Amino acid sequence: MITSPVFTWAGNCFVNKPPNFVENKRLELSNGQLKWETMFKLLLKVMSVLLVLIIVGVLITLIIESWPSITSQGIKYIWGKVWDPVQNIYGAYPFLVGTLLTSFTALIISIPFSYAIAIYLGEYNPKGWLSDLLKNTIELIAAVPSIIYGFWGLFVLVPLVRTLEMKLDILPYGVGVFTASIVLAVMIIPYGASLGITLIRMVPSPLKEGAYALGATRWEVIRNVIMPYTRSGLFAGVLLSLGRALGETMAVTMLIGNTTAVADTFKNVFFGPGNTMASVIANEFAEADHTLYLSALIELGLVLFVVTVIINMIGKRIITRVTKS
Amino acid sequence: MEAKIGTRNIKSMIFKGIIVFFAFVITLPLIVVLLYIIKQGITQVNWTFLTHVPAPPGEKGGGIINALTGSFIMVLMASIVAVPVGILAGIYLSENPRTKLAYYSGLCVDILQGVPSIVVGIVVYFWVVKPIGGFSAIAGSIALAIMMLPIIIRSTEQTLKLLPDSLKEAALSLGIPYHRVILKVIIPCGFAGILSGITLSIARIIGETAPLLFTALGNNYFSLKITGQMESLPHVIFTYATSPYDDWHDLAWGASFILLLFVLTLNIVTKLLTRKWKIQL
Repeated sequence: MITSPVFTWAGNCFVNKPPNFVENKRLELSNGQLKWETMFKLLLKVMSVLLVLIIVGVLITLIIESWPSITSQGIKYIWGKVWDPVQNIYGAYPFLVGTLLTSFTALIISIPFSYAIAIYLGEYNPKGWLSDLLKNTIELIAAVPSIIYGFWGLFVLVPLVRTLEMKLDILPYGVGVFTASIVLAVMIIPYGASLGITLIRMVPSPLKEGAYALGATRWEVIRNVIMPYTRSGLFAGVLLSLGRALGETMAVTMLIGNTTAVADTFKNVFFGPGNTMASVIANEFAEADHTLYLSALIELGLVLFVVTVIINMIGKRIITRVTKS
Repeated sequence: MEAKIGTRNIKSMIFKGIIVFFAFVITLPLIVVLLYIIKQGITQVNWTFLTHVPAPPGEKGGGIINALTGSFIMVLMASIVAVPVGILAGIYLSENPRTKLAYYSGLCVDILQGVPSIVVGIVVYFWVVKPIGGFSAIAGSIALAIMMLPIIIRSTEQTLKLLPDSLKEAALSLGIPYHRVILKVIIPCGFAGILSGITLSIARIIGETAPLLFTALGNNYFSLKITGQMESLPHVIFTYATSPYDDWHDLAWGASFILLLFVLTLNIVTKLLTRKWKIQL
């Protein structure tokens, strides 16, 4: 007689293996079924291995294809200011500057908004139709394809910025780092906000109630209880939006103006046309006519890949640590 | 805390005002973009627009039938590849959460979610376009399929983790083999959740342009050949939006409107599906 075997379900194996229980059950299955079962389990494994292979494959492909550029340009690729495919001189400095400048400007613009959304939907108004409406709107912002933001920006925002630049007495390009950053900021707000909402809702209510009981106002509770409690999580949200911003291609390509020259003054760099790593790849990849040119572009892709992976990993690591504790 | 309660309350109110302002101001750009696209696009859409190929610059009329069919074919092919792979990998992750393989493939899903789409385009160029010797719709679909995977995997995993273990244990105790338990009990129970992941992933990739630039490229003519270049909605918008002709801009506005319509519909469908399943995507 089997005295109800105590087992816990972990994956598909019994942790406290009752003797022969599993084997006996299996024997009762027909051979055909058993074969199917083994094959199905193998299939599940193969699919998971496939994922790992894709990522490893991406990395290897990028390294192999950018090898000619890595060996010929060396480390000066990073700070070389000249990008001249005709003479085979490749320096990624202008694009690195462009990418960092657009991403961080966008990030700085987006932070007040995503924090405000997180605090409003997490603390002030977590339930009800108004909060649902706002939440859906935020999700919609993330859903609109970047090409549409780019197209809209090109025809609506660029003329506006041009007028602004004329008033400020700057060369009125319209397109440029500044314009791209504004659109980018709108696009990345949802990523920081949605994580923030979840985290702020996770703040234990005894903590908040304790502060209220001591006579704290709403603002004091938010500043002295909620903010310290969620600080690292909100930082992770910022990192994830930064990862988005760095790799964003189409909207930026359409709005940044695409020039490989580095402007002399900061004002001209900021308002004038520039280029990001992603936009250079998008613009020049199809035109790259010799191996070194192509591999220099792929090296940009490799840098982009490695940087976004690192940023995302740090972000995810923080999130798992925060949500587990 | 020395300040009087009155000033502290006022401070609190002011802060709330600022928060509410920032939280709601962000809806403005979305409303402006949506209204502008609808205003510019809706006048372009008519029967000719939906059934003709683009006209050469300077000529009136013309449509985007090549982009519509192209997008449809590529999304369909991408789904055929990504849906089974994604669901199976998602099942593995939710069934064996503590194995080493699950840890590494979970890590890879996270990485894949953050990979810039342009990088996917580059890689697929070397995996598919170069060996075949030309841009093709197949290459485009593979790039899109890679972009779809993380969303499908995560939603499958999350949905299945919500199901009670007793469900599976009950089925197994009846002597049903493992694969049948998964396919006939677990997946039907989590169907809505998995489906919402699929619709969401389609909504994401239908507007992706960057991975198509070096894979499917574009095509000014109507083509159903999956080994040849194929036009797609986002690519048609990109080429025509950056062109100098007004007629082509109009075409791009129309295409943007259609694309937006697809994306919004898919998102609403996803919303309705996830309402039943409180999963976080």
